[in-house]
Amino acid sequence: MKATVVIVAFLILAALHQDFWLWEDKSLVFGFLPVGLAYHAAYSLVAALFWWLVSKLAWPFKIEQWADEEGDDSAS
Amino acid sequence: MDSSVSLTPLFIIIGYLALLLGLGVLSSRFFKGTSADYFVVSRSVGSFLLLMSIFGTTMTGFALVGSTGKAYTNGIGVYGLMASWSGLIHSAVFFAVGIRLWAVGKRYGYVTQCEYFRDRFESKTLGFVLFPILVLLVIPYLLVGVIAAGKFIQATTKGMFPEAFALSLPNGAPHPLSGGLPPWMGAGIICLIVLFYVFFGGLRGAVWANTFQTIVFMVTGVIAFYMISTRLHGLSAASHALLESDFASPRLAREGMMGKMQFLSYCFIPLSVGMFPHLFQHWLTAKSAKNFKLTVVAHPIFILIVWVPCILIGIWATAYLGELGPGQSPNAVLGRMVNKLVESPVLTGFVGAGVLAAIMSSLDSQFMCLGTMFTNDIVIKIFGKDRFSDGQKILIARGFILAVVLCTYLLGVALMDSAHVFDLGVWCFSGFAGLFPLIFAAVYWKGVTKAGAYACIFATAISWGILFYRDILAEKPAGSEDELLVWGAMPVMFIIIVSTIALVAVSLFTKKPTEATVKKFFA
Repeated sequence: MKATVVIVAFLILAALHQDFWLWEDKSLVFGFLPVGLAYHAAYSLVAALFWWLVSKLAWPFKIEQWADEEGDDSAS
Repeated sequence: MDSSVSLTPLFIIIGYLALLLGLGVLSSRFFKGTSADYFVVSRSVGSFLLLMSIFGTTMTGFALVGSTGKAYTNGIGVYGLMASWSGLIHSAVFFAVGIRLWAVGKRYGYVTQCEYFRDRFESKTLGFVLFPILVLLVIPYLLVGVIAAGKFIQATTKGMFPEAFALSLPNGAPHPLSGGLPPWMGAGIICLIVLFYVFFGGLRGAVWANTFQTIVFMVTGVIAFYMISTRLHGLSAASHALLESDFASPRLAREGMMGKMQFLSYCFIPLSVGMFPHLFQHWLTAKSAKNFKLTVVAHPIFILIVWVPCILIGIWATAYLGELGPGQSPNAVLGRMVNKLVESPVLTGFVGAGVLAAIMSSLDSQFMCLGTMFTNDIVIKIFGKDRFSDGQKILIARGFILAVVLCTYLLGVALMDSAHVFDLGVWCFSGFAGLFPLIFAAVYWKGVTKAGAYACIFATAISWGILFYRDILAEKPAGSEDELLVWGAMPVMFIIIVSTIALVAVSLFTKKPTEATVKKFFA
Protein backbone atom coordinates (compact mmCIF):
# COMPACT_ATOMS: atom_id res chain seq x y z
CA MET A 1 0.00 0.00 0.00
CA LYS A 2 2.75 2.43 1.02
CA ALA A 3 4.70 1.55 -2.13
CA THR A 4 1.65 2.28 -4.30
CA VAL A 5 1.15 5.68 -2.68
CA VAL A 6 4.83 6.54 -3.18
CA ILE A 7 4.72 5.48 -6.86
CA VAL A 8 1.52 7.44 -7.56
CA ALA A 9 2.88 10.55 -5.79
CA PHE A 10 6.14 10.22 -7.71
CA LEU A 11 4.28 10.01 -11.04
CA ILE A 12 2.20 13.08 -10.18
CA LEU A 13 5.39 14.94 -9.29
CA ALA A 14 7.00 13.84 -12.57
CA ALA A 15 3.93 15.05 -14.50
CA LEU A 16 4.14 18.43 -12.74
CA HIS A 17 7.63 18.85 -14.20
CA GLN A 18 6.04 19.61 -17.57
CA ASP A 19 5.01 23.22 -16.85
CA PHE A 20 3.87 23.95 -20.40
CA TRP A 21 1.70 26.81 -19.17
CA LEU A 22 4.87 28.79 -18.31
CA TRP A 23 6.63 27.94 -21.59
CA GLU A 24 6.44 31.47 -23.07
CA ASP A 25 6.12 33.44 -19.82
CA LYS A 26 9.00 35.90 -19.27
CA SER A 27 7.72 37.53 -16.10
CA LEU A 28 10.01 37.88 -13.10
CA VAL A 29 9.17 36.57 -9.62
CA PHE A 30 10.48 38.69 -6.68
CA GLY A 31 11.65 41.13 -9.34
CA PHE A 32 14.58 39.01 -10.53
CA LEU A 33 13.77 35.31 -10.92
CA PRO A 34 12.27 34.28 -14.30
CA VAL A 35 9.01 32.50 -13.55
CA GLY A 36 10.04 29.29 -15.35
CA LEU A 37 13.20 29.10 -13.26
CA ALA A 38 11.31 29.98 -10.06
CA TYR A 39 8.85 27.16 -10.77
CA HIS A 40 11.61 24.59 -11.20
CA ALA A 41 13.60 25.87 -8.21
CA ALA A 42 10.44 25.40 -6.14
CA TYR A 43 10.02 22.02 -7.82
CA SER A 44 13.45 20.97 -6.47
CA LEU A 45 12.36 21.97 -2.97
CA VAL A 46 9.11 20.04 -3.36
CA ALA A 47 11.13 17.02 -4.57
CA ALA A 48 13.25 17.25 -1.41
CA LEU A 49 10.09 17.53 0.70
CA PHE A 50 8.63 14.51 -1.10
CA TRP A 51 11.74 12.41 -0.38
CA TRP A 52 11.73 13.58 3.25
CA LEU A 53 8.14 12.34 3.60
CA VAL A 54 9.11 9.06 1.93
CA SER A 55 12.03 8.68 4.34
CA LYS A 56 9.67 9.25 7.28
CA LEU A 57 6.68 7.21 6.15
CA ALA A 58 7.90 4.54 3.74
CA TRP A 59 11.52 3.80 4.55
CA PRO A 60 12.47 0.15 3.88
CA PHE A 61 13.63 -0.64 7.44
CA LYS A 62 13.43 -4.39 6.89
CA ILE A 63 16.20 -4.24 4.34
CA GLU A 64 18.68 -3.16 7.01
CA GLN A 65 17.93 -6.26 9.04
CA TRP A 66 18.18 -8.47 5.94
CA ALA A 67 21.54 -6.94 5.02
CA ASP A 68 22.92 -7.60 8.50
CA GLU A 69 21.96 -11.27 8.46
CA GLU A 70 24.66 -13.73 7.51
CA GLY A 71 24.34 -14.50 3.78
CA ASP A 72 24.40 -18.20 2.93
CA ASP A 73 26.63 -17.50 -0.01
CA SER A 74 29.27 -14.87 -0.63
CA ALA A 75 30.41 -13.27 -3.90
CA SER A 76 31.54 -16.10 -6.17
CA MET B 1 55.29 39.34 -17.49
CA ASP B 2 52.59 41.98 -18.03
CA SER B 3 52.26 43.90 -14.73
CA SER B 4 48.44 43.66 -14.98
CA VAL B 5 48.62 39.86 -14.74
CA SER B 6 48.41 38.65 -11.15
CA LEU B 7 49.85 35.35 -9.99
CA THR B 8 47.33 35.20 -7.09
CA PRO B 9 44.90 32.79 -8.86
CA LEU B 10 47.79 30.40 -9.50
CA PHE B 11 48.90 30.52 -5.84
CA ILE B 12 45.32 29.87 -4.67
CA ILE B 13 45.01 26.86 -6.99
CA ILE B 14 48.42 25.55 -5.87
CA GLY B 15 47.34 25.98 -2.23
CA TYR B 16 44.13 24.09 -2.94
CA LEU B 17 45.96 21.23 -4.65
CA ALA B 18 48.43 21.09 -1.73
CA LEU B 19 45.50 20.74 0.66
CA LEU B 20 44.27 17.79 -1.39
CA LEU B 21 47.68 16.16 -1.16
CA GLY B 22 47.59 16.67 2.61
CA LEU B 23 44.14 15.08 2.72
CA GLY B 24 45.54 12.12 0.77
CA VAL B 25 48.33 11.68 3.33
CA LEU B 26 45.86 11.98 6.22
CA SER B 27 43.40 9.47 4.75
CA SER B 28 46.21 6.98 4.16
CA ARG B 29 46.98 7.11 7.93
CA PHE B 30 43.50 5.67 8.55
CA PHE B 31 44.00 2.87 6.03
CA LYS B 32 43.54 -0.52 7.72
CA GLY B 33 45.53 -2.45 5.15
CA THR B 34 42.64 -4.68 4.00
CA SER B 35 41.14 -4.85 0.53
CA ALA B 36 37.66 -4.18 1.99
CA ASP B 37 39.02 -0.96 3.46
CA TYR B 38 40.76 0.04 0.24
CA PHE B 39 37.75 -0.71 -2.03
CA VAL B 40 34.72 0.20 0.13
CA VAL B 41 36.12 1.97 3.24
CA SER B 42 35.19 -1.10 5.34
CA ARG B 43 31.51 -0.14 4.71
CA SER B 44 31.83 2.51 7.42
CA VAL B 45 30.83 5.82 5.81
CA GLY B 46 28.20 7.89 7.63
CA SER B 47 25.37 10.10 6.34
CA PHE B 48 27.26 13.35 5.78
CA LEU B 49 30.26 11.87 3.98
CA LEU B 50 27.94 9.68 1.87
CA LEU B 51 25.91 12.72 0.79
CA MET B 52 28.97 14.80 -0.04
CA SER B 53 30.86 12.05 -1.86
CA ILE B 54 27.83 10.98 -3.93
CA PHE B 55 26.91 14.56 -4.79
CA GLY B 56 30.53 15.41 -5.67
CA THR B 57 30.77 12.32 -7.86
CA THR B 58 27.55 13.00 -9.80
CA MET B 59 28.38 16.68 -10.37
CA THR B 60 31.19 17.11 -12.89
CA GLY B 61 32.91 20.30 -14.02
CA PHE B 62 29.83 20.74 -16.21
CA ALA B 63 27.81 21.72 -13.13
CA LEU B 64 29.62 25.08 -12.84
CA VAL B 65 31.10 25.85 -16.25
CA GLY B 66 28.79 23.93 -18.60
CA SER B 67 25.55 24.92 -16.89
CA THR B 68 26.44 28.62 -17.18
CA GLY B 69 27.39 28.18 -20.84
CA LYS B 70 24.30 26.13 -21.63
CA ALA B 71 22.06 28.74 -19.93
CA TYR B 72 23.77 31.41 -22.02
CA THR B 73 22.85 29.42 -25.14
CA ASN B 74 19.45 27.96 -24.23
CA GLY B 75 18.15 30.10 -21.36
CA ILE B 76 16.43 29.25 -18.09
CA GLY B 77 14.92 26.00 -19.42
CA VAL B 78 18.31 24.35 -18.88
CA TYR B 79 17.52 24.13 -15.16
CA GLY B 80 14.32 22.14 -15.78
CA LEU B 81 15.99 20.11 -18.48
CA MET B 82 18.98 18.96 -16.45
CA ALA B 83 18.78 20.03 -12.80
CA SER B 84 15.21 19.63 -11.57
CA TRP B 85 14.83 16.30 -13.40
CA SER B 86 18.10 15.14 -11.80
CA GLY B 87 16.94 16.23 -8.35
CA LEU B 88 13.86 14.04 -8.59
CA ILE B 89 15.25 11.07 -10.56
CA HIS B 90 18.67 10.76 -8.86
CA SER B 91 17.03 10.56 -5.45
CA ALA B 92 14.52 8.04 -6.82
CA VAL B 93 17.38 5.85 -8.05
CA PHE B 94 19.28 6.18 -4.76
CA PHE B 95 16.11 5.18 -2.89
CA ALA B 96 14.77 2.46 -5.18
CA VAL B 97 18.02 0.89 -6.40
CA GLY B 98 20.93 2.19 -4.31
CA ILE B 99 19.66 1.02 -0.92
CA ARG B 100 18.82 -2.45 -2.24
CA LEU B 101 22.22 -2.84 -3.87
CA TRP B 102 23.88 -1.66 -0.66
CA ALA B 103 21.97 -4.39 1.24
CA VAL B 104 22.89 -7.11 -1.27
CA GLY B 105 26.49 -5.90 -1.29
CA LYS B 106 26.75 -5.94 2.48
CA ARG B 107 25.10 -9.35 2.88
CA TYR B 108 27.14 -11.11 0.22
CA GLY B 109 30.33 -9.03 0.24
CA TYR B 110 30.09 -7.60 -3.28
CA VAL B 111 32.42 -4.81 -4.30
CA THR B 112 31.55 -4.35 -8.01
CA GLN B 113 28.46 -4.44 -10.20
CA CYS B 114 29.78 -7.35 -12.27
CA GLU B 115 30.08 -9.55 -9.15
CA TYR B 116 26.43 -8.87 -8.38
CA PHE B 117 25.22 -9.44 -11.94
CA ARG B 118 27.23 -12.68 -12.21
CA ASP B 119 25.43 -14.17 -9.21
CA ARG B 120 22.04 -12.61 -9.89
CA PHE B 121 21.93 -13.97 -13.45
CA GLU B 122 23.88 -17.19 -12.75
CA SER B 123 26.41 -16.40 -15.47
CA LYS B 124 30.15 -15.96 -15.06
CA THR B 125 30.41 -14.85 -18.70
CA LEU B 126 28.03 -11.94 -18.09
CA GLY B 127 30.68 -10.23 -15.97
CA PHE B 128 33.25 -10.55 -18.75
CA VAL B 129 30.75 -9.13 -21.28
CA LEU B 130 29.70 -6.26 -19.06
CA PHE B 131 33.19 -5.29 -17.86
CA PRO B 132 34.51 -3.90 -21.19
CA ILE B 133 31.20 -2.13 -21.87
CA LEU B 134 31.29 -0.36 -18.51
CA VAL B 135 34.98 0.52 -18.94
CA LEU B 136 34.39 1.86 -22.47
CA LEU B 137 31.54 4.01 -21.20
CA VAL B 138 33.59 5.39 -18.28
CA ILE B 139 36.69 6.27 -20.31
CA PRO B 140 35.17 9.12 -22.40
CA TYR B 141 33.67 10.45 -19.17
CA LEU B 142 37.21 10.46 -17.72
CA LEU B 143 38.60 12.11 -20.86
CA VAL B 144 36.10 14.96 -20.56
CA GLY B 145 37.42 15.63 -17.02
CA VAL B 146 41.10 15.41 -17.95
CA ILE B 147 40.73 17.64 -21.03
CA ALA B 148 38.50 20.14 -19.21
CA ALA B 149 41.08 20.38 -16.39
CA GLY B 150 43.96 20.99 -18.82
CA LYS B 151 42.11 23.66 -20.77
CA PHE B 152 40.74 25.34 -17.69
CA ILE B 153 44.17 25.67 -16.07
CA GLN B 154 45.55 27.11 -19.30
CA ALA B 155 42.80 29.76 -19.41
CA THR B 156 43.23 30.61 -15.71
CA THR B 157 47.03 31.01 -16.00
CA LYS B 158 47.12 32.88 -19.34
CA GLY B 159 49.74 35.60 -19.41
CA MET B 160 51.53 34.29 -16.30
CA PHE B 161 54.42 32.66 -18.17
CA PRO B 162 54.79 34.80 -21.32
CA GLU B 163 58.24 33.56 -22.23
CA ALA B 164 58.06 29.90 -21.28
CA PHE B 165 54.69 29.22 -22.91
CA ALA B 166 54.32 31.85 -25.62
CA LEU B 167 51.71 31.05 -28.27
CA SER B 168 50.82 32.83 -31.47
CA LEU B 169 48.01 32.64 -33.99
CA PRO B 170 48.71 31.52 -37.60
CA ASN B 171 48.80 35.20 -38.63
CA GLY B 172 51.57 35.89 -36.09
CA ALA B 173 49.41 37.78 -33.59
CA PRO B 174 49.62 36.67 -29.92
CA HIS B 175 47.24 33.84 -29.02
CA PRO B 176 44.60 34.85 -26.40
CA LEU B 177 45.86 32.03 -24.14
CA SER B 178 49.55 32.82 -24.64
CA GLY B 179 51.60 32.47 -21.47
CA GLY B 180 49.22 29.96 -19.84
CA LEU B 181 50.33 26.54 -18.66
CA PRO B 182 49.92 24.21 -21.65
CA PRO B 183 46.93 21.83 -21.38
CA TRP B 184 49.18 18.73 -21.31
CA MET B 185 50.89 20.11 -18.22
CA GLY B 186 47.71 21.18 -16.39
CA ALA B 187 46.01 17.86 -17.15
CA GLY B 188 49.14 16.02 -15.99
CA ILE B 189 49.23 17.90 -12.68
CA ILE B 190 45.55 17.15 -12.01
CA CYS B 191 46.03 13.45 -12.88
CA LEU B 192 49.01 13.23 -10.53
CA ILE B 193 47.15 14.85 -7.63
CA VAL B 194 44.13 12.55 -8.04
CA LEU B 195 46.41 9.55 -8.50
CA PHE B 196 48.23 10.42 -5.27
CA TYR B 197 45.25 10.44 -2.94
CA VAL B 198 43.47 7.53 -4.62
CA PHE B 199 46.64 5.43 -4.81
CA PHE B 200 47.47 5.82 -1.12
CA GLY B 201 44.07 6.41 0.45
CA GLY B 202 41.89 4.14 -1.73
CA LEU B 203 38.19 4.95 -1.72
CA ARG B 204 38.59 6.62 1.70
CA GLY B 205 40.92 9.15 0.07
CA ALA B 206 38.33 9.73 -2.67
CA VAL B 207 35.45 10.09 -0.16
CA TRP B 208 37.34 12.60 1.97
CA ALA B 209 38.60 14.54 -1.02
CA ASN B 210 35.10 14.54 -2.58
CA THR B 211 33.62 15.96 0.59
CA PHE B 212 36.18 18.76 0.69
CA GLN B 213 35.82 19.40 -3.05
CA THR B 214 32.02 19.50 -2.88
CA ILE B 215 32.17 22.14 -0.14
CA VAL B 216 34.68 24.14 -2.21
CA PHE B 217 32.70 24.17 -5.45
CA MET B 218 29.38 24.90 -3.73
CA VAL B 219 30.80 27.81 -1.72
CA THR B 220 32.76 29.32 -4.63
CA GLY B 221 29.67 29.17 -6.87
CA VAL B 222 27.57 31.06 -4.33
CA ILE B 223 30.32 33.66 -3.69
CA ALA B 224 30.81 34.24 -7.43
CA PHE B 225 27.05 34.66 -7.81
CA TYR B 226 26.88 37.19 -4.98
CA MET B 227 29.78 39.26 -6.31
CA ILE B 228 28.57 39.22 -9.91
CA SER B 229 25.02 40.20 -8.96
CA THR B 230 26.39 43.04 -6.80
CA ARG B 231 28.48 44.40 -9.68
CA LEU B 232 25.43 44.22 -11.97
CA HIS B 233 23.66 46.60 -9.52
CA GLY B 234 21.64 43.91 -7.82
CA LEU B 235 19.51 40.90 -8.73
CA SER B 236 16.61 42.92 -10.08
CA ALA B 237 18.71 45.18 -12.34
CA ALA B 238 20.66 42.19 -13.67
CA SER B 239 17.49 40.34 -14.70
CA HIS B 240 15.63 43.41 -15.99
CA ALA B 241 18.54 44.12 -18.36
CA LEU B 242 17.51 41.01 -20.32
CA LEU B 243 14.10 42.47 -21.10
CA GLU B 244 15.75 45.32 -22.99
CA SER B 245 17.78 43.11 -25.34
CA ASP B 246 16.39 41.23 -28.34
CA PHE B 247 19.20 38.70 -28.06
CA ALA B 248 18.84 38.15 -24.31
CA SER B 249 15.10 38.31 -23.61
CA PRO B 250 14.15 34.94 -25.22
CA ARG B 251 16.42 33.30 -22.57
CA LEU B 252 13.89 34.30 -19.88
CA ALA B 253 11.48 31.66 -21.22
CA ARG B 254 11.72 28.42 -23.20
CA GLU B 255 9.87 29.15 -26.44
CA GLY B 256 12.33 28.81 -29.34
CA MET B 257 15.12 27.67 -27.00
CA MET B 258 14.20 23.98 -26.70
CA GLY B 259 11.43 21.58 -27.69
CA LYS B 260 8.72 20.31 -25.36
CA MET B 261 9.47 16.69 -26.24
CA GLN B 262 13.17 17.32 -25.62
CA PHE B 263 12.27 18.84 -22.24
CA LEU B 264 10.23 15.76 -21.33
CA SER B 265 12.64 13.12 -22.64
CA TYR B 266 15.59 14.51 -20.69
CA CYS B 267 14.10 12.66 -17.70
CA PHE B 268 15.76 9.48 -18.99
CA ILE B 269 19.32 10.85 -18.77
CA PRO B 270 19.53 10.92 -14.93
CA LEU B 271 18.66 7.20 -14.84
CA SER B 272 22.30 6.70 -15.81
CA VAL B 273 23.30 7.05 -12.12
CA GLY B 274 21.73 3.64 -11.53
CA MET B 275 24.41 2.00 -13.67
CA PHE B 276 27.47 4.17 -12.91
CA PRO B 277 30.04 1.69 -11.57
CA HIS B 278 31.72 4.39 -9.48
CA LEU B 279 28.43 5.31 -7.82
CA PHE B 280 27.70 1.64 -7.13
CA GLN B 281 30.98 1.53 -5.23
CA HIS B 282 30.09 4.65 -3.24
CA TRP B 283 26.72 3.14 -2.27
CA LEU B 284 28.55 0.14 -0.82
CA THR B 285 30.59 2.36 1.50
CA ALA B 286 27.52 3.24 3.62
CA LYS B 287 27.55 2.01 7.20
CA SER B 288 23.79 1.51 7.21
CA ALA B 289 20.72 1.91 4.97
CA LYS B 290 19.67 4.81 7.20
CA ASN B 291 22.73 6.74 5.99
CA PHE B 292 21.03 7.05 2.59
CA LYS B 293 18.25 9.23 4.05
CA LEU B 294 20.25 12.44 4.03
CA THR B 295 21.50 11.78 0.48
CA VAL B 296 18.00 11.07 -0.85
CA VAL B 297 16.49 14.19 0.77
CA ALA B 298 19.31 16.72 0.37
CA HIS B 299 20.37 15.86 -3.20
CA PRO B 300 17.65 18.02 -4.91
CA ILE B 301 18.47 20.93 -2.56
CA PHE B 302 22.19 20.69 -3.29
CA ILE B 303 21.45 20.70 -7.02
CA LEU B 304 19.36 23.83 -6.49
CA ILE B 305 22.20 25.57 -4.58
CA VAL B 306 24.74 24.85 -7.33
CA TRP B 307 22.62 25.25 -10.46
CA VAL B 308 20.31 28.26 -9.87
CA PRO B 309 23.20 30.75 -9.43
CA CYS B 310 24.97 29.35 -12.51
CA ILE B 311 21.81 29.54 -14.65
CA LEU B 312 21.24 33.14 -13.58
CA ILE B 313 24.86 34.11 -14.33
CA GLY B 314 24.47 32.44 -17.75
CA ILE B 315 21.34 34.39 -18.72
CA TRP B 316 22.68 37.66 -17.27
CA ALA B 317 25.72 37.16 -19.50
CA THR B 318 23.48 37.32 -22.59
CA ALA B 319 22.61 40.91 -21.69
CA TYR B 320 26.01 41.89 -20.33
CA LEU B 321 28.33 40.27 -22.88
CA GLY B 322 25.95 40.21 -25.85
CA GLU B 323 26.51 37.72 -28.68
CA LEU B 324 29.79 35.84 -28.57
CA GLY B 325 32.17 36.31 -31.46
CA PRO B 326 33.24 33.49 -33.78
CA GLY B 327 35.41 30.92 -32.01
CA GLN B 328 34.30 32.05 -28.53
CA SER B 329 32.92 29.20 -26.46
CA PRO B 330 29.84 29.53 -24.23
CA ASN B 331 31.80 27.41 -21.72
CA ALA B 332 34.03 30.45 -21.14
CA VAL B 333 31.08 32.60 -20.05
CA LEU B 334 31.52 32.01 -16.29
CA GLY B 335 35.22 32.88 -16.45
CA ARG B 336 34.54 35.98 -18.53
CA MET B 337 31.82 37.21 -16.18
CA VAL B 338 34.12 36.76 -13.17
CA ASN B 339 37.05 38.45 -14.90
CA LYS B 340 35.10 41.36 -16.34
CA LEU B 341 32.81 42.11 -13.44
CA VAL B 342 34.68 41.18 -10.30
CA GLU B 343 38.28 41.82 -11.40
CA SER B 344 39.46 40.10 -8.27
CA PRO B 345 42.43 37.73 -8.67
CA VAL B 346 41.43 36.16 -5.35
CA LEU B 347 37.93 35.30 -6.57
CA THR B 348 39.32 34.16 -9.94
CA GLY B 349 41.59 31.81 -7.99
CA PHE B 350 38.75 30.48 -5.84
CA VAL B 351 36.45 29.98 -8.84
CA GLY B 352 39.34 28.16 -10.55
CA ALA B 353 39.76 25.94 -7.49
CA GLY B 354 35.98 25.37 -7.45
CA VAL B 355 35.86 24.26 -11.07
CA LEU B 356 38.85 21.95 -10.59
CA ALA B 357 37.17 20.59 -7.43
CA ALA B 358 34.06 19.68 -9.42
CA ILE B 359 36.17 18.00 -12.11
CA MET B 360 38.42 16.09 -9.69
CA SER B 361 35.56 14.90 -7.47
CA SER B 362 34.33 12.79 -10.39
CA LEU B 363 37.75 11.75 -11.72
CA ASP B 364 38.92 10.18 -8.44
CA SER B 365 35.91 7.88 -8.06
CA GLN B 366 36.13 6.80 -11.70
CA PHE B 367 39.85 5.97 -11.47
CA MET B 368 39.20 4.10 -8.24
CA CYS B 369 36.29 2.08 -9.62
CA LEU B 370 38.23 0.98 -12.71
CA GLY B 371 41.04 -0.34 -10.48
CA THR B 372 38.50 -2.12 -8.29
CA MET B 373 36.69 -3.66 -11.26
CA PHE B 374 39.86 -4.89 -12.92
CA THR B 375 41.08 -6.53 -9.70
CA ASN B 376 37.78 -8.13 -8.69
CA ASP B 377 36.08 -8.78 -12.03
CA ILE B 378 39.00 -9.89 -14.13
CA VAL B 379 42.10 -10.89 -12.13
CA ILE B 380 40.36 -12.59 -9.21
CA LYS B 381 37.75 -14.20 -11.47
CA ILE B 382 40.45 -15.69 -13.70
CA PHE B 383 42.93 -16.78 -11.02
CA GLY B 384 40.51 -17.53 -8.15
CA LYS B 385 39.80 -15.56 -4.98
CA ASP B 386 42.17 -17.61 -2.83
CA ARG B 387 45.11 -17.07 -5.16
CA PHE B 388 45.94 -13.59 -3.78
CA SER B 389 46.41 -12.16 -0.31
CA ASP B 390 44.66 -8.92 0.66
CA GLY B 391 47.92 -7.02 0.20
CA GLN B 392 48.38 -8.43 -3.31
CA LYS B 393 44.82 -7.44 -4.27
CA ILE B 394 45.53 -3.85 -3.21
CA LEU B 395 48.80 -3.93 -5.15
CA ILE B 396 47.01 -5.16 -8.30
CA ALA B 397 44.35 -2.45 -7.93
CA ARG B 398 47.01 0.25 -7.46
CA GLY B 399 48.88 -1.01 -10.52
CA PHE B 400 45.76 -0.90 -12.64
CA ILE B 401 44.79 2.57 -11.34
CA LEU B 402 48.27 3.76 -12.33
CA ALA B 403 47.87 2.23 -15.80
CA VAL B 404 44.37 3.74 -16.25
CA VAL B 405 45.55 7.21 -15.18
CA LEU B 406 48.48 6.98 -17.60
CA CYS B 407 46.34 5.76 -20.53
CA THR B 408 43.63 8.35 -19.85
CA TYR B 409 46.22 11.10 -19.63
CA LEU B 410 47.93 10.11 -22.91
CA LEU B 411 44.56 9.73 -24.65
CA GLY B 412 43.46 13.08 -23.23
CA VAL B 413 46.59 14.81 -24.55
CA ALA B 414 46.13 13.18 -27.97
CA LEU B 415 42.47 14.24 -28.17
CA MET B 416 42.93 17.64 -26.46
CA ASP B 417 41.76 19.59 -29.51
CA SER B 418 39.13 17.13 -30.77
CA ALA B 419 35.75 18.76 -31.24
CA HIS B 420 33.80 15.65 -30.31
CA VAL B 421 35.13 14.70 -26.88
CA PHE B 422 32.51 16.70 -24.98
CA ASP B 423 29.75 15.21 -27.12
CA LEU B 424 31.03 11.80 -26.02
CA GLY B 425 30.22 12.72 -22.42
CA VAL B 426 26.49 12.95 -23.21
CA TRP B 427 26.69 9.61 -25.02
CA CYS B 428 28.28 8.00 -21.94
CA PHE B 429 25.27 9.03 -19.90
CA SER B 430 22.93 7.67 -22.60
CA GLY B 431 24.76 4.33 -22.60
CA PHE B 432 24.56 3.93 -18.83
CA ALA B 433 20.91 5.01 -18.88
CA GLY B 434 20.20 2.42 -21.60
CA LEU B 435 21.39 -0.27 -19.18
CA PHE B 436 19.20 0.99 -16.34
CA PRO B 437 16.38 -1.51 -17.09
CA LEU B 438 18.92 -4.28 -16.40
CA ILE B 439 19.69 -3.15 -12.84
CA PHE B 440 16.07 -2.26 -12.13
CA ALA B 441 14.83 -5.67 -13.26
CA ALA B 442 17.64 -7.44 -11.38
CA VAL B 443 16.53 -5.76 -8.17
CA TYR B 444 12.74 -6.02 -8.54
CA TRP B 445 11.77 -8.76 -11.03
CA LYS B 446 12.19 -12.34 -9.90
CA GLY B 447 11.39 -13.58 -13.39
CA VAL B 448 14.14 -11.74 -15.28
CA THR B 449 16.40 -14.30 -16.94
CA LYS B 450 20.02 -14.64 -17.96
CA ALA B 451 19.02 -14.56 -21.64
CA GLY B 452 16.93 -11.45 -20.95
CA ALA B 453 19.96 -9.78 -19.38
CA TYR B 454 22.12 -10.55 -22.42
CA ALA B 455 19.33 -9.33 -24.74
CA CYS B 456 19.13 -6.06 -22.80
CA ILE B 457 22.90 -5.52 -23.01
CA PHE B 458 23.07 -6.28 -26.74
CA ALA B 459 19.95 -4.22 -27.54
CA THR B 460 21.50 -1.27 -25.69
CA ALA B 461 24.83 -1.71 -27.49
CA ILE B 462 23.19 -1.93 -30.95
CA SER B 463 20.68 0.92 -30.53
CA TRP B 464 23.33 3.09 -28.85
CA GLY B 465 25.79 2.30 -31.67
CA ILE B 466 23.33 3.25 -34.42
CA LEU B 467 22.33 6.55 -32.80
CA PHE B 468 25.94 7.34 -31.84
CA TYR B 469 26.98 6.81 -35.47
CA ARG B 470 24.24 9.18 -36.65
CA ASP B 471 25.24 11.89 -34.18
CA ILE B 472 29.03 11.70 -34.06
CA LEU B 473 30.40 9.80 -37.05
CA ALA B 474 27.95 10.32 -39.92
CA GLU B 475 28.00 13.55 -41.90
CA LYS B 476 25.18 15.79 -40.76
CA PRO B 477 23.01 17.72 -43.21
CA ALA B 478 23.67 21.46 -43.27
CA GLY B 479 21.61 23.41 -40.75
CA SER B 480 20.83 20.37 -38.55
CA GLU B 481 20.64 20.76 -34.76
CA ASP B 482 23.82 20.42 -32.67
CA GLU B 483 22.17 17.89 -30.38
CA LEU B 484 20.73 14.83 -32.11
CA LEU B 485 16.99 14.52 -31.51
CA VAL B 486 14.80 11.70 -32.78
CA TRP B 487 11.26 12.98 -33.44
CA GLY B 488 12.08 15.82 -31.09
CA ALA B 489 13.12 13.49 -28.25
CA MET B 490 16.49 12.64 -26.75
CA PRO B 491 17.98 9.45 -28.30
CA VAL B 492 18.32 7.94 -24.81
CA MET B 493 14.53 7.53 -24.70
CA PHE B 494 14.63 5.15 -27.66
CA ILE B 495 17.65 3.27 -26.30
CA ILE B 496 15.79 2.63 -23.04
CA ILE B 497 12.60 1.59 -24.86
CA VAL B 498 14.54 -0.89 -27.03
CA SER B 499 16.56 -2.32 -24.12
CA THR B 500 13.43 -2.70 -21.96
CA ILE B 501 11.49 -4.48 -24.71
CA ALA B 502 14.43 -6.84 -25.31
CA LEU B 503 14.81 -7.56 -21.59
CA VAL B 504 11.12 -8.25 -20.98
CA ALA B 505 10.36 -10.12 -24.22
CA VAL B 506 13.31 -12.49 -23.94
CA SER B 507 12.83 -13.05 -20.20
CA LEU B 508 9.21 -14.09 -20.73
CA PHE B 509 10.20 -16.92 -23.07
CA THR B 510 13.47 -18.20 -21.63
CA LYS B 511 14.54 -20.38 -18.72
CA LYS B 512 13.77 -18.82 -15.34
CA PRO B 513 16.49 -18.42 -12.68
CA THR B 514 16.83 -21.24 -10.15
CA GLU B 515 14.85 -21.17 -6.94
CA ALA B 516 18.07 -20.85 -4.95
CA THR B 517 19.00 -17.63 -6.77
CA VAL B 518 15.53 -16.15 -6.34
CA LYS B 519 15.64 -17.02 -2.63
CA LYS B 520 19.11 -15.55 -2.28
CA PHE B 521 18.13 -12.15 -3.65
CA PHE B 522 14.43 -11.89 -2.78
CA ALA B 523 14.20 -13.39 0.71
